Formats: sequence, structure tokens, C-alpha cells
Amino acid sequence: MPANRPTLDERLEMHRRMLVTRRIEERLGEMHKAGQTRGPIHRCDGQEAVGVGATAALEQRDYVTTTHRGHAVYIGKGLDPRRVVAEIFGRETGYGAGRAGHMLVADASRGMIGGNAIVGGSIPAATGMALSIQILREERVAMAVFGDGAAQTGICHESMNMAGLWKLPVIFLLEHNEYGLTVHHTAQSAVPELHVRAAGYGMPGVQVDGNDAVAVFQAVADARARALRGEGPTLIEARTYRVEGFSTSDMGGYQRQEDIDRWKARDPLLVSRAVLGEEADAARIAAVEKDAEETVAAAFEAALSDPLPEFAPHAPSAPYANAGGGC
Amino acid sequence: MAIMRYAEALNAALREEMERDPTVFVFGEDIATYGGVFKVTAGLAEAFGDRVRDTPISEQALTAMAVTAAMTGTKPVLEIMYADFMPLTLDALINQASIYNYIWDGQVTMPFVLRTQGGGGVGTGAQHAKSLDSLVAHIPGIKVVAPVTPADAKGLLLAAIRDPHPVVVLEHKLLYNTRGEVPDDQGPVEIGRARTVHEGSDVSIFATSRMVLEAEKAADALAGDGISAEVIDLRTLRPLDLGAITASVAKTNHAVVVNEDWGFCGYAAELSATIMDHAFDDLDAPVERVAALDMPIPYSQPLEEVVIPNADRIAAAARRALA
Repeated sequence: MPANRPTLDERLEMHRRMLVTRRIEERLGEMHKAGQTRGPIHRCDGQEAVGVGATAALEQRDYVTTTHRGHAVYIGKGLDPRRVVAEIFGRETGYGAGRAGHMLVADASRGMIGGNAIVGGSIPAATGMALSIQILREERVAMAVFGDGAAQTGICHESMNMAGLWKLPVIFLLEHNEYGLTVHHTAQSAVPELHVRAAGYGMPGVQVDGNDAVAVFQAVADARARALRGEGPTLIEARTYRVEGFSTSDMGGYQRQEDIDRWKARDPLLVSRAVLGEEADAARIAAVEKDAEETVAAAFEAALSDPLPEFAPHAPSAPYANAGGGC
Repeated sequence: MAIMRYAEALNAALREEMERDPTVFVFGEDIATYGGVFKVTAGLAEAFGDRVRDTPISEQALTAMAVTAAMTGTKPVLEIMYADFMPLTLDALINQASIYNYIWDGQVTMPFVLRTQGGGGVGTGAQHAKSLDSLVAHIPGIKVVAPVTPADAKGLLLAAIRDPHPVVVLEHKLLYNTRGEVPDDQGPVEIGRARTVHEGSDVSIFATSRMVLEAEKAADALAGDGISAEVIDLRTLRPLDLGAITASVAKTNHAVVVNEDWGFCGYAAELSATIMDHAFDDLDAPVERVAALDMPIPYSQPLEEVVIPNADRIAAAARRALA
């Protein structure tokens, strides 16, 4: 069995985390409709295999930075669902004590730093982390999760060029969900297959089925091993599809129903369960699924009763120095 | 006590701090092999290997990379060759560097230094002569320092590198070859403290960067008219030393503010409003503002000389304040 093949236990855990993410997304969708959320929420349901599969191939010490659509990455990197939900509801117990919101969650102790709501922002972010790793000669990698929309930004080119040039230990995970905002990728990119761009940066470019968590895991594990060997970055294009709108405020109407239906037939949870069913007995799978359901129910119950934060000034932002206080 | 050029003082700060702290690294365009276009980083690559890196011409990504490198265990010092290129760095400063310590509830700090240089005076034209002080000083969470003397160049850069939060160091192209005394044991200069260049009793002139030198010339000219001007070098644009400003205004009852950035929505406007907010009762006249004229910086010498503030304009402003 190759080293990059996840064990049965690892696949059961990936299945559990994908289901945790799915239930969080569904619950947020319901609560948005009921007027119980603040701001737009960017759901990632249907794309869980990318964020969960990729982070499962990393160690806790590895750094990850993701997009504004990052819930699967947060849960995949092992963040506490209660604290993620608490942050989304602006609670004191959230990862940013309610200052960050759902697009910018971070848990530095787990290398999750963090979500990024500027499209393309995660690409130089992980590249900079990889530069730090290289300067300090550490045994870890950085991973940028970004979308096909972000792949069209100028900073993507700058970052990948430097990563290839300096052989930085970074994994560029391109989560291709076919939409940048509400516009289809065929109206945004001169090439339909974005992994081909890796050739221009002296790094390998691979494409995987983004709805198959095991395939994503294997590609990331290979890229991680390559980075640790000092051979530099890898661009992984994980093909998936955004079954929900851009955000909860998106009125829709521009996606073809036949595309949605086709992708829903290959839902990451269906793919995962079908593969698991060949090796794990039904009772084990059921136990994992029950745990996920209970985890999310408990997370929402606790988070929604957690306290709201109280305002305090932020000294490093203050415009006037405290004389003698070192500011 | 050694006499050093401003550029040499900056170099000494980088060298000392890189020797003292192995997590400090320096990167930017032309900075390693060539030693920097103003020779601030000369000789560092030979001494520190891959901790001193020439980069591609990629200001936008470099600044964003410095932000996250600084959150993950290193202390990056990034050189942006001209302040005019700072618009390329603004996403990283405004949307990344300035927010993370706050929104992540102190989980991360960011010892990141961005060095750049601005200002006119040598015919570098509209894309290489601007002062964009207000652009960076506007952002909560970013500190901005602007040393004038070689001693402060060394001391403020040392302080910037050791600061756990992002600091922009604004140098000036006409200062690199100026000389001054730098104490052998010159350590960090506290960020957020103004420096009284010389005391006076009739009017306070608050100046930044090279304008401090023009303010000193203006003070000499005013002295010839029997006017005693106090010149204060603000040194730190953010956080501002409010105590030093209000104390000086309380003494002279007249204020002139001088900054080389543009006037409209500029740093001098902020200073002026700050004095009005905090020292209005001590003022005997409105605050006088001196700044660059609101237009692109022209190339030809007689045109540029009109646009950039100078000692004559500062002295005239002081006379208006006292009129």
C-alpha cells in the first residue's frame, strides 16, 4: 500500500468531518432564511471533499490558509465546531472572540491562519509562510486553498513564480468549483484546465476529482512529501462544483439545473460512503455519522447560548502613543 | 561616537539585528548582490547568505508574503524601492497586516517592517518622487516612522524590527547621504516619541522627515526677524506623540505643520485637526499648513521646486500665524 493511501480509520474520520461540515452548512442556510445570521454566508456544501481531504493529508504543524468559503478547511484542520459556529454568530467563545466572522476564522495553534476574504489573498499568504519555513529550515509545509476565481488574479502569478523560483515548501490547492462570483469559469479564463499553468512556474501541475476525498488526500500527500524533500511547490487542481449560490444573499438563476443534478449525483458524501461501504461494516459507518450529527447539534446549541463580546479598544491600532508606555 | 551617513546607519541597524536575531531576514528588489539602489543593504548578502534575497519585481505578493512570514516565526524586513510603489502593497497593509492581531484576538503578532523612501528634489518625476505618508498613516494597526537624522535612522529601524506589530519606515532619498553623529551604543529609539530639534517661544513648527531640515532653515530665517521658532521633529507619524505637540502649543500659542505629502486629505491636515481637537484653547491663531501642492510631481527643476515645500514657505506660514 503506498504511503499516501489513507487508512480506513483516516477515511472514516474524513467522512465524519465532511458530514460535520455539511450539517453546519445546512443549518446556516436554514438560519439565514430565518433571519438569524449576520452578513452573507458562503457555503461550501458539495465541496467538502477538497477541504477535508486535503487537510487530512497534513500534520497539525503544517500551515493552511483558505478562502472566504473555508468551513470544510476549518473542520478538516481539526478546529472545534463549537468555536467555529460561535465565531459565525459573533460570540465571545469564537476563534476571534467574535471579531473575525465566518470568512476569517483562524486557530494558530493548529496552523489554520486563516480564512481570507480577499479573493487570491491565500495564495501569497501560504507562499510567505513557506518562505518563513525555508528561512527557519523547519520540517513542515504551507498550503493555500483558493478557487478558480482567485487563479485569475495578478498576485497568483507573482506568488507561484516566487514559489517555483525558490522551491518553497508550499502546496497550491486550486479548488475549481466552476464559478467566480456568479460568472462561469469559461467566461473568466483563457484555458479551461488551470493545472496546466504550473508549467510556467517550474512546478508539477496535477488534476484530481475534487469530489473524491481520497483522491484529494493522495495528491496533497504526494505534494507534501515533495515539498519536504526540498523539491518545491505543486499545483493541484481539484475539480468540483458549487451547488449553492455565491453566498446566502445570491438570488441564483444562472446555473444550469442539469449541471447541479449531475454534480449532486456525485456528492462527496455519496462517493465517500460508497467507498467506505466496501471495507467498513455498516455499524461503524452509522456510528461515525451519528457522532457527526450529534457534534453539530451540540455545537450550535452551545454556541448560540455563548455570551456576546464586550467592546474594548485595541492598543496596537491606537493613533496616539502613550508617553513612556512603549505603545 | 561616529559620524555616519544616514544610509550607513540603516545598514548598521540591519546588520546588528541580523547578527543578534537569526529570525530577521531582508528581501526586496536589487537589495542583495547590488546592495540596494541607495546602498542601504550593501554587504549584507555576503554576511548572511539566503537571509538576504533579491526578489522578482512583485511588490504586491512580496508584501503579502512578509505578512504571513511575520506570523510564522520570522521577522521580515521588506524594501519597497520607492514610496510611489506603495499602492501595490496596500492590499497587504490594509486588508492583511493591519487586521490579524485584532480579529484573531491576539493569537498572532506580526514583526514585519516595510522600508521605503519617498520625496522629491532630484528630478525623479511623477512616479518616483511622491510622499504618500497619509496613505499608510491612515491605517489602524500599522505604525509609521520617518527618521531624519542618522542616529534616529538606526534607532527607529532597530525599534521597528523589534516591534511585534507592522511598522512602515519612511526614508527620504535626499537624506541617504546626509551625515550625523551616531552614538556607538545607539539602541532602539522609542516609537511614538517626538524630538525637539530646538526650543522656541513664539511659534511651534511640527515637521516630518526631510521637512525637519527645511523647518530648521526657516527657524534660522525667522530668528533674523526676531521670531523664536520651536522646531519639533515628529519622528513617528503613527502613533503620534500628542503630549509633545500639546505641550509645545501651550508654550508658543502658534502652530505650523509641515509635511511633504499632498495637502488635501494629507498628513498635515490630520496634524492640523489634531492640534485643533486637543489644543484649541491654547491657540492664538489658526494652524498653518505647509504641504506639497495638489498636483503630480513635475520633472523639471523650476517646476518641482514650486510643488515641494521649502524653508521659504515654512517661514511665510509662521509669519502668517503670528500676523
